[in-house]
Amino acid sequence: MTTISMTVNGKAVTGNVEPRTLLVQFLRENLRLTGTHVGCDTSQCGACVVHVDGAAVKSCTMLAVSCDGSNVTTIEGLANGAELHPMQAAFREHHGLQCGFCTPGMIMSAVDMVNRLGPDLDEKTIREELEGNICRCTGYHNIVKAVEAGAQAMGATGQRVAAE
Amino acid sequence: MRPNDHPAPGGVQLRHVSQPLPHDSAAKHVQGAAPYIDDLPEPAGTLHLAVGGSPMARGRLIAVDLEKVRAVPGVVAVLTAADVPGKNDISPAFGDEPLFAHGHVMFHGQPVFAVAAETRDAARRAARLGAITVVQEKPAVTVEDAEKRGDTVLPDYAFIRGDASAAIDAAPNQIAGQFRIGGQEHFYLEGQVALAIPGEDGAMHVHTSTQHPTEVQHVCARILGLPDAMVTAEVRRMGGGFGGKESQASQWAAMAALAARVTGRPCKIRLDRDDDMAMTGKRHDFRVDYAVGFDDEGRIQGVEMAFLARCGCSADLSQGVVDRTMFHADASYFLPELIISSRRLKTNTVSNTAFRGFGGPQGMLAMERIIDEIACRLGRDPLDVRKVNHYGPERDTTPYGMTVEDHDVGAAILEQLERSSNYRERREAIAGFNASSPILRKGIALTPVKFGISFTLTQLNQAGALVHVYSDGSVQLNHGGTEMGQGLYQKVAQVVAEEFGVGMDRVRVTATTTDKVPNTSPTAASSGSDLNGMAARMAARQIRDRLAILAGEHFGVPAKEVVFRDDHAFAGNESLPFAELARRAHAARIHLSAAGHYKTPKLHWDRQKGVGRPFFYFAYGAACAEVVIDTLTGENRVLRVDILHDVGRSLNPAIDIGQIEGGFVQGMGWLTTEELVYDKDGRLRTHAPSTYKIPVASDVPADFRVTLFDGENREETVYRSKAVGEPPLMLANAVFCAIADAVQSIAPGRPVPLDAPATPEAILKAIQGIVAAG
Repeated sequence: MTTISMTVNGKAVTGNVEPRTLLVQFLRENLRLTGTHVGCDTSQCGACVVHVDGAAVKSCTMLAVSCDGSNVTTIEGLANGAELHPMQAAFREHHGLQCGFCTPGMIMSAVDMVNRLGPDLDEKTIREELEGNICRCTGYHNIVKAVEAGAQAMGATGQRVAAE
Repeated sequence: MRPNDHPAPGGVQLRHVSQPLPHDSAAKHVQGAAPYIDDLPEPAGTLHLAVGGSPMARGRLIAVDLEKVRAVPGVVAVLTAADVPGKNDISPAFGDEPLFAHGHVMFHGQPVFAVAAETRDAARRAARLGAITVVQEKPAVTVEDAEKRGDTVLPDYAFIRGDASAAIDAAPNQIAGQFRIGGQEHFYLEGQVALAIPGEDGAMHVHTSTQHPTEVQHVCARILGLPDAMVTAEVRRMGGGFGGKESQASQWAAMAALAARVTGRPCKIRLDRDDDMAMTGKRHDFRVDYAVGFDDEGRIQGVEMAFLARCGCSADLSQGVVDRTMFHADASYFLPELIISSRRLKTNTVSNTAFRGFGGPQGMLAMERIIDEIACRLGRDPLDVRKVNHYGPERDTTPYGMTVEDHDVGAAILEQLERSSNYRERREAIAGFNASSPILRKGIALTPVKFGISFTLTQLNQAGALVHVYSDGSVQLNHGGTEMGQGLYQKVAQVVAEEFGVGMDRVRVTATTTDKVPNTSPTAASSGSDLNGMAARMAARQIRDRLAILAGEHFGVPAKEVVFRDDHAFAGNESLPFAELARRAHAARIHLSAAGHYKTPKLHWDRQKGVGRPFFYFAYGAACAEVVIDTLTGENRVLRVDILHDVGRSLNPAIDIGQIEGGFVQGMGWLTTEELVYDKDGRLRTHAPSTYKIPVASDVPADFRVTLFDGENREETVYRSKAVGEPPLMLANAVFCAIADAVQSIAPGRPVPLDAPATPEAILKAIQGIVAAG
């Protein structure tokens, strides 16, 4: 077992893990942050996307020990208290979800997209940037609309990710 | 006029029903705060299961050596068929599928044993160490293999009218051919999962990700040898279902329940994605052999269609699925004389099962391809051939003897979409483009959808609901329908809030569970809101009627003059807050709880004779798709899609449009990129998203126009709405037909040998075929 420490959603956390423990296991099982979902187990569906030191990462692909000393944000850390992050609010308002299982990963990828590319995203860019996130329910149309609206709202408030 | 602007019958403006409210859990989903089963806090001592599957597709199971499995640290129990105290059978109806293989194996990956361990990791590592000895026999993998052996899971079945063979021969034109239609993996994002918690007196509480909690209850009870009353199955939400959690959830729930029984500890199973894809059933794939005779306008005189279904190793739901293929082999067209036959072939592959459309899409697609071939032979626009064959006056009886009473709705949708999509102008423009584009070719198609709504097993067309009003005026709602993302909980809550005239915030929806509403039907056949919406309304209405009597006494008016709206009961200018009325009702000893039960009217179906009215009504729609293909590589893109779809008076237009968009894209995946490949040994080679490609955001056309048809359900459904879950999937037939149209442009007049799915390889093969035919 190895002792690791990191900041998750603004809070300092410490845990004992086996070296092979994945970041997603550490988040879900040790920290009980179950909003990060496991869809495919093999880094393809994107349901497990979180931010590590400001960049989107599929947390089923990263070892927890590699995040020792890092700053991690999960879907639970995005809202500012009771106030939703603009991207969260956009997904709710624009019906960017059905079963909701892919939603946390979609939102984390979308926020990362805005952080990297700015708030003025065209539809083609959004669709290509979302290729690593699979949704089986919506047909993506409302997700793309939500990302577009969420990006603009982030731009209007000058907001990057909360807690980063 | 948008659908949600319509006043209710009687002119009352609705407060909740028809409003585009978000999904009931939307605010939680965007925060990762809506728990799925794997997210629930695990009770102390919870064990995790992993499954050991058969290494062969067919053979005698002669030894299962599990010593190494047991020796792994953390392993608490290993389960096989010998541990089943009840009946080793997880089948939904026909008694032909075991929880664990015993004596022989039926498909590659079939569960043989399960390991219960302290951690998921230990269980999965241990499961790899089982030594399973099978004396291999040659498996039947394809429908041809099964035909040779004469193996079926259920008897053959056919609809026959007139003398199809004579009608075909007598017709001025004939075509005969063969068409293959692939299956489809559900790829619900949340894999199969269950958590079983043992209770007192041997009872079992099972959290299960299922569309059919009652069946999970029955199967767990059967495996454990318990009365149904000792098992409770509960599901708050699924991360997608699509039919893949109708019968397919039972096995994992039963495995968890058995492990909980044997160990006395809570047990959880979550299949990893590869196991999920290898061990659970999929959409049926088909070979269709057909012959058709038609006049010079393309009007069908007689048709023979033989559907050979790969059912897999057991019957599962294949009776209903393949029946529904036959029910939809007419697509939207009148077939004067016909033989529509089916064989349910038994293969050594995982048992195929329900998948959105339940066999209907395969029947409908086969007929649309026949129409395309007729158009090709006659040199007519396929849309014109569709129109001359469409159901109409005097031509309104289906192959199963049901009259299509509202064929004018389907026809109106076709006409309206033809205009709004500029179909004719675009077809001309595409012909111009193709004339000067040797490599890239475009195609267009406009295809209709007519989908029968009701379970064809008549007894399933019933639902129950339970509504409580508490003395503070808050309302709790429960019904037999399950939430898999389709927005059912919200739609039914809208109906109940409307009934009491209260705000949505007052209505609390609780998890679907067999101890609140028993004997439920699966949430399937698109019937969720039709059935449960009505049952919940009936429950709410009973309580409201009791409250109206009390309020009437208070106001000194007859009960029928009391109106419930704006969180008050009104009589003339007087009003009582709803909460105050509930408090007074409790004080007056009035029962504030009610169960509602609904059964769909008008249904009768004699399967033996093949006649009756299996469907309460039809849902209609149409889609126009434009595509481009690269004739050198087979690569393709959908450029634009126009959809006009009939949901009656929508209960929630935002949710309905989401169903239409999502259903269409799922259908597009089925017909373009999603390909299941079994090797000659019966192993599924496409068992992960790395090899099985479902659509991603960039595959979906940016130009995607969805409109709701303006009309109400002519039958008395809840607020005159129509079912919406499955029908939109078949709108994607337009994509397949448009791809075929693009291939057709290479050699007009020659049949396009394109099978489904139209992958780049299939398109290239079709191009080579059509060129070689010259």
